[in-house]
Order: sequence, then structure tokens, then C-alpha cells
Amino acid sequence: MIEFIRQPWAWYVSGALIGLTVPALLLLGNKHFGISSSLRHICAACLPTKIPFFQYDWKREIWNLFFVAGIVAGASIALAFLNNPEPVQISENTISDLAALGIVADGQMMPASIFSFENIFTMKGLVFFVMGGFMVGFGTRYAGGCTSGHSIMGLSTFQLSSLIATCSFMVGGFTMVHLIFPWLMKLI
Amino acid sequence: MKIVNDEFIENGVITHPDECAAPNDQIAPESMIASNIKYLAMGMLFGIIAVKSEIISWYRIQEMFRLQSFHMYGVIGTAVITGAISVLLIKRFNLKTIQGEEVVIHKKNFHWGNVIGGLTFGLGWAITGACPGPLFAQIGSGFLVIIVTLLSAIAGTFVYGLFQEKLPH
Repeated sequence: MIEFIRQPWAWYVSGALIGLTVPALLLLGNKHFGISSSLRHICAACLPTKIPFFQYDWKREIWNLFFVAGIVAGASIALAFLNNPEPVQISENTISDLAALGIVADGQMMPASIFSFENIFTMKGLVFFVMGGFMVGFGTRYAGGCTSGHSIMGLSTFQLSSLIATCSFMVGGFTMVHLIFPWLMKLI
Repeated sequence: MKIVNDEFIENGVITHPDECAAPNDQIAPESMIASNIKYLAMGMLFGIIAVKSEIISWYRIQEMFRLQSFHMYGVIGTAVITGAISVLLIKRFNLKTIQGEEVVIHKKNFHWGNVIGGLTFGLGWAITGACPGPLFAQIGSGFLVIIVTLLSAIAGTFVYGLFQEKLPH
């Protein structure tokens, strides 16, 4: 059994389980699935500010911070007990495309040649950690949600604005990977 | 089940921030630990699923945007279908929360931030290989350097809050 769980899970199993988060949170206590909100609550809780956007009762929303703390813990459990010793199986085409950009597919979850502490104060760090992270935090809040809040919760409840937001996420991603990324990788 | 507008506050009871993407609509009072421990458990399950489905993998996000694998589309598509069927069942059978309260769904009204912010997030998603959920999962799965990305994301959210009233919506 544990050997079975250790393997990467099929998309339909993972997708169904992620989808069930929506009714689970609703029925456990009328909570809307959405993870980027946690970033706002962290700002509201940790940064003393008079900015109206962060003036609200964040303690009422603290369930969201428990949820993200759980994600960190759950991922650690997966790493410690359910880790798959085999390299991550990605498409041959992606491997060769990335190789052309100078990124070697190393079989881990993320390329260690980019996502490591040595790169923090380099151009790579500036682009992949600082700039990338900033755009994720700024963009999701401006859009009013992320992949969980819009693409999963929003689409599950048939919201047009979430469909528009999801399409915008995808257009942004395609633009980065196909138009900006090749140029960016030459630069850094 | 009832559908309410973002700005909706029932009898002045619900005081979640407006436009909160993940509002708390429970009316019954909650204790800090005992009530919230179940969301910690839910988060743990989500974290395990996120790692085992490899949706936290930077490579998987590259594959998705290069249209070289069905995996991510399969995961997100199945999640939406499962979520939608669940919500329809809640509506059809008028299921209540475990506290016996009516399930509340918020209408997300369109604003231009959905597009401008959405594009910005998409650009960032392709670089970091992570949306906010997987950021936390990447940290948990041993990539501690992603704490820097997370801090940047918090800074991004803060800057949005700073200029919110000046940005087009």
C-alpha cells in the first residue's frame, strides 16, 4: 500500500482530491477555498499599517493561515514518508527545450541549478525569487484570487470573472514561457 | 445554499474584508485552536496531494505552458469538475455545514484587475513554477530558498494594498 502511495499520483486522482477541497471547506465551516488570501492576512497581521486594504479583522480569517501552515507540514510529511525515489518524469520535449535554454532537467521537483541558496544574490535570484515572487503576490491580489480561488473555487461555482481571470493567468504564462523566457535566460 | 455579492453583509453579522477571495462565512463563534485545527488537517492533506501529484514541480509548469503534457490540465480540469459537481450537490440537496448553517457562495464581480492582475500573476507563475499554494508546499518539501520567493510574494501583496485605490479596476 505504502509503495503504491509513494508513486506519483495520476492526474485524475489528484484532481478529484483537490476538487473535493471545495465542498470539504464549505461543509466544515463555510470557508471559501483560496490560498492567495493568506498573503493578505500575513500583511494585515504582521505589518503595522494604516493602509485601508489591510484594515480588517484578520483574526476572523485565521483559518486560512492554519490551512497554509498545514500545506507546509503536509509537504514535509510527503517528503519524509511518501517520497518517490524515481526522478520526476517530464516530457522529452520539455527536457530538450529547457536544455536549449541552459537548464538541465535534474529529476528533482525544481532545478537545483536555479532554486538554491547560492543564487539568492545573483541575477538568477533576482529574477526567479524576487521578481517572480513579487508578480505572484501582486498579481493574485490584483486579480482577486489565484489558481485555487479563481480557477478551482471560482470555476466550480460558475463565475464569469474567474473564467476571465483564469484565461488571463494562462495568457501570462504562455507569454512568459514562449516570448520572454528565452530572452531572459540569455540575459542572466 | 445562497449566493451573495462580495459586499454583502448579512444583518451586519459577517464582517469579512470586502473582495476577500477566501472569506469565512461561519456565523457560529470559533475558538482559535479547536475550531481551526481541522483547517490545519485539510491543509496537510492538500500539501500531500500537491507534492504527490507533482503540481509543485517547476518542470510541470513549464510542460503545461509548452503544451507538452496533459498532466496539469488533467489535474486542474478534474478538480474543477469535481468541485462543480460537489457545489451542485450541495445546492440540490440543500446541504448544511456541520454547524447546521446554510452554505454561502460569493459572487465574484468582474473588474479589470481580473485581467491585468491575472496577466501579471501568469507571468510570475511561469517563472517561479508555483502559484501561492505550491509555494508553501515547495518550502515544506525541502526547497527552503523558496522562503525568499514567498517573502517577495508577501511584498507584492503589500504593494498592491498600498496602491489599490490608484490602480485601474
